[in-house]
Amino acid sequence: MSTTTRHRAQAAGSVAPPAAHAKAGRHSQPWLAWLFLAPTILGMGLFTLLPIVASLVLAFFRWDIISAPTFVGFDNFAEVVQDPTVRVSFLNTLVFVVVAVALQLGLALALAIMVQEKLPAWLRTFFRSAFFFPLILSAASVSIFMRYLFNEQFGVVNWALSLVGIPAVPWLTTPGGSAAVVILVYVWQNFGFSFLLFVGGLASIPVETYEAASLDGATGWRKHVHVTLPLLSPTTLLASVMAIISALQVFDQPYVLTRGGPGDSTRTAVMVIFESAFQRLEFGQASAIGVILTLIIMAITAAQFRLSKRFVFYQ
Amino acid sequence: MTTISERTQAPAPAAARRKTNWNTVLRVVLLLIAAALTLGPVLWTLSTSLRSPSESFKLPPSFFPWNPDFTSYAQVFRQLDMVILVLNSALVTGLIAVGQMVSAAMAGYAFANLKFRGRGALFSIVLATMMVPVQVTIVPVFMLIRGMGLSDTLLALILPAIPTAFGTFLMRQYFLGLPADLAEAAAIDGASPWRTFRSVYAPLAVPGMAIVGILAFNFHWNEFFRPLILTISEKNFTLPLGLVSLQGNMGTGSISVVLAGVVLSMIPALVVFMFGQRALQAGLTAGTGK
Repeated sequence: MSTTTRHRAQAAGSVAPPAAHAKAGRHSQPWLAWLFLAPTILGMGLFTLLPIVASLVLAFFRWDIISAPTFVGFDNFAEVVQDPTVRVSFLNTLVFVVVAVALQLGLALALAIMVQEKLPAWLRTFFRSAFFFPLILSAASVSIFMRYLFNEQFGVVNWALSLVGIPAVPWLTTPGGSAAVVILVYVWQNFGFSFLLFVGGLASIPVETYEAASLDGATGWRKHVHVTLPLLSPTTLLASVMAIISALQVFDQPYVLTRGGPGDSTRTAVMVIFESAFQRLEFGQASAIGVILTLIIMAITAAQFRLSKRFVFYQ
Repeated sequence: MTTISERTQAPAPAAARRKTNWNTVLRVVLLLIAAALTLGPVLWTLSTSLRSPSESFKLPPSFFPWNPDFTSYAQVFRQLDMVILVLNSALVTGLIAVGQMVSAAMAGYAFANLKFRGRGALFSIVLATMMVPVQVTIVPVFMLIRGMGLSDTLLALILPAIPTAFGTFLMRQYFLGLPADLAEAAAIDGASPWRTFRSVYAPLAVPGMAIVGILAFNFHWNEFFRPLILTISEKNFTLPLGLVSLQGNMGTGSISVVLAGVVLSMIPALVVFMFGQRALQAGLTAGTGK
């Protein structure tokens, strides 16, 4: 936090020696710096920092926009924690995070290892682009065409399954099927990001390490278990934390695919924030749920730093 | 899969080569299956949108539009105010991208090359805002927009999205990577600090700004959550919102029309993909390196 500017420039890995940067500052005037920062700092103050404070305050009030807000202490939190819909939604989100993140990371890692081994350059480029492609589409558009693909009677998925003798799966009409579709669609769209991180991590492992392992008689998958996985652990940690944080905030896919149904089976934490604020006008409760979700995200980020000290193997 | 006997004695070169070949073949086959599953749904969407509405649900499916039929595309423009949706999306996304490029370049430059009190602390605060999920601030932002009298306007979508922590971080990195003696030289030549930025550093920072712009464009073109909350009337809908409401209105009617809309919404993303893919990948994974 309170590192010197000189140290910061060094930490940022700048090409130029840090002293030069500090010296360049000698000619600058603070007023110019503040002028340059004004749009960003004012904008953030107004649209991020102020709303964070407002959210924290609002969580202790009951307010429906129409009448004046009333202070209710921790009532919102107490009600929210006991609300069956909120409970189910947080539980759904938890299950979703565990399953989707495991699938996403496993798939991304396996594909990254396969792509990084010997391949013709054009083929490697093709695969990288292919796996990256879903990332550039909008989750709403993807969810729209996936709904048709998973249609019980006419969907391509059930048609493909029927080719190998599997009877029609009621994808979007049953709780289990809906949850599966939301997870599959989410992973389909997002595994490319983890894949890119893993490809970058693999590229930074020195070739000599593998040569040494080969000399010691390590072959094939054994080489990956003993060399790749330990050396890749910083990337794995980073990829998993980023995947968990974004999966905790899942909204677009379940909203478009299932609207949270059938019943509450695919309702997620963010969907409950959205519904309590903009459908039931319970802004205090919505803020309380938002505060709880943010605390969970911060706890995970803090745990990341703890874990990285203990388990991650840095060269 | 090697057997013990193979590992204890050095295998003959020919056998080794054949073995690696089989490994490579298996790997490529698995990768091809993964690529097919990744691109298949998109190809199906494209080829279905190019069928006549009456043939929407055709099984077995086709993944290539052999006989393209553009009826569905004509229908999209008739059933949905496609022109308005595209214009809204383009306006919102374009202005956010430009706003982010300019404000992030200025702030990044200040954090990298200018000296002022509290620089480190302020930069930490900027970085910390990246950790706050949008769902937490959305209720107060909604109130704020109402208070500013911007309810149900496109500005409601644009203004809050312009200050960017990630973009500022990227631009600061970029400026730190440029040689500092440029500023020295400019100062010796008697250039004012403003002039130094304007004529020396800003032109050099264009590639960095392009990354910020492409990332902003891609993210906000696809955005669904904020527009869903901050826009009320259909004249202010953006593309993703319009498509979801179109799909809702049509049920499982002529899906080729809905899919035609989906394909149209993908075109800008495709253009970015073709020309800015490297920048996009670099930007997405920037700041995640060791």
